[in-house]
Amino acid sequence: MQEIFNIFVKSIFVDNMVFAYFLGMCSYLAVSRTVKTSVGLGAAVIFVLGITVPIDYLINEYLLAPGALIWLSPDFADVDLSFLTFIMFIAVIASMVQLVEMIVEKFSPTLYNSLGIFLPLIAVNCAILGGSLFMQEREYSNIGQAISFGLGSGVGWFLAIVGIAAIREKIKYSNVPAPLRGLGITFIITGLMGIAFMSFLGIEL
Amino acid sequence: MSKEKKDREPLFSIKNRRLLTNPLNKDNPITVQVLGICSALAVTAKLKPSFVMTLSVIFVMAMANVVISLLRNGVPPRIRIIVQLVVIASLVIIVDQFLKAFVFDVSKQLSVFVGLIITNCIIMGRLEAFAMSNKPWPAFLDGVGNAMGYGWILIVVGFFRELFGSGTLWGYQVVPEGFYNFGYEDNGFFILPPMALILVGIIIWFQRAKNRDLIEES
Repeated sequence: MQEIFNIFVKSIFVDNMVFAYFLGMCSYLAVSRTVKTSVGLGAAVIFVLGITVPIDYLINEYLLAPGALIWLSPDFADVDLSFLTFIMFIAVIASMVQLVEMIVEKFSPTLYNSLGIFLPLIAVNCAILGGSLFMQEREYSNIGQAISFGLGSGVGWFLAIVGIAAIREKIKYSNVPAPLRGLGITFIITGLMGIAFMSFLGIEL
Repeated sequence: MSKEKKDREPLFSIKNRRLLTNPLNKDNPITVQVLGICSALAVTAKLKPSFVMTLSVIFVMAMANVVISLLRNGVPPRIRIIVQLVVIASLVIIVDQFLKAFVFDVSKQLSVFVGLIITNCIIMGRLEAFAMSNKPWPAFLDGVGNAMGYGWILIVVGFFRELFGSGTLWGYQVVPEGFYNFGYEDNGFFILPPMALILVGIIIWFQRAKNRDLIEES
């Protein structure tokens, strides 16, 4: 239990998706104009990461990793399908996003209306695929850890996008040098926020 | 088939050359279209990985553009995203296996970012915007052009980060030993992730100061 909580906190602050690995930057820069839309996208990312990372964990554990097919028959002990990782993970993500969209639309129209337009965008958000690939690389030992890593990364991404959106709303009133306006200053602010987040680096959990 | 096309339009007509050169500057994928930032920043701590990443993206992008452009009339619009993802993912698997076989150390440094070429928005963006509605040859040029526009930013950022961050270039020491005796220190800050963002911000600043059309209103 302790371990799971540690992974959760670590993936929010220390290994923040945006500030430590630059994942999901495209939508981070494109959708962060107002706080309201960025809250919607952030929530959708938490949701999808929390679902796809555990599923990809199971796929990796029982299909792809070297010797994973041993539950079918002992003859498959040498089979290593890990070169199929990318195509499997992206297929899972694309279909999960589609499925989540349909389920949400059916059972909670209000949530659908607030997340709706962002869900399809998420299939190509690199934070999602990145989450699954990091999960595979770090070799988490059980599904609880995978779930807490997925949710934690989502929350970290959520914090980052809401933070930058709030700053961008305020910076409209500042006198930024003309060539830096918009994209340029957003990059530099993200860099400064990254430096602030680096103060979590020394934390040993 | 290529012969027929030659009769109609020279291979490097002005229009086709623009496809290649526009993305290098005023239509740059990173600084203007805001595509493909993720991988651009993460792999640039050293020059060599940036270079390898550039080559991989040029390959994947050119091939994906050609394949999608050939398939463009046969793919139903509803499932086109999945088809595009599958094409890109297969190409990325080729690149990944190739890197693992021939330059294993770089492949380790790039870690998950080779896989993340799949969700690199440059590739999806260009497939949607260009390859779905154009012939294979222009699509190929567009792919190469955009990948190079992406690549030169990577290489510039990688150059400065390695030079100031570790005093080396391509792994070779370039800052003379003597400098260190006089108290010169490598700026470890350049190796850390936030500096990549700030460097790209500065590149954008330079580019927009030279080319005033690109300045944003808000």
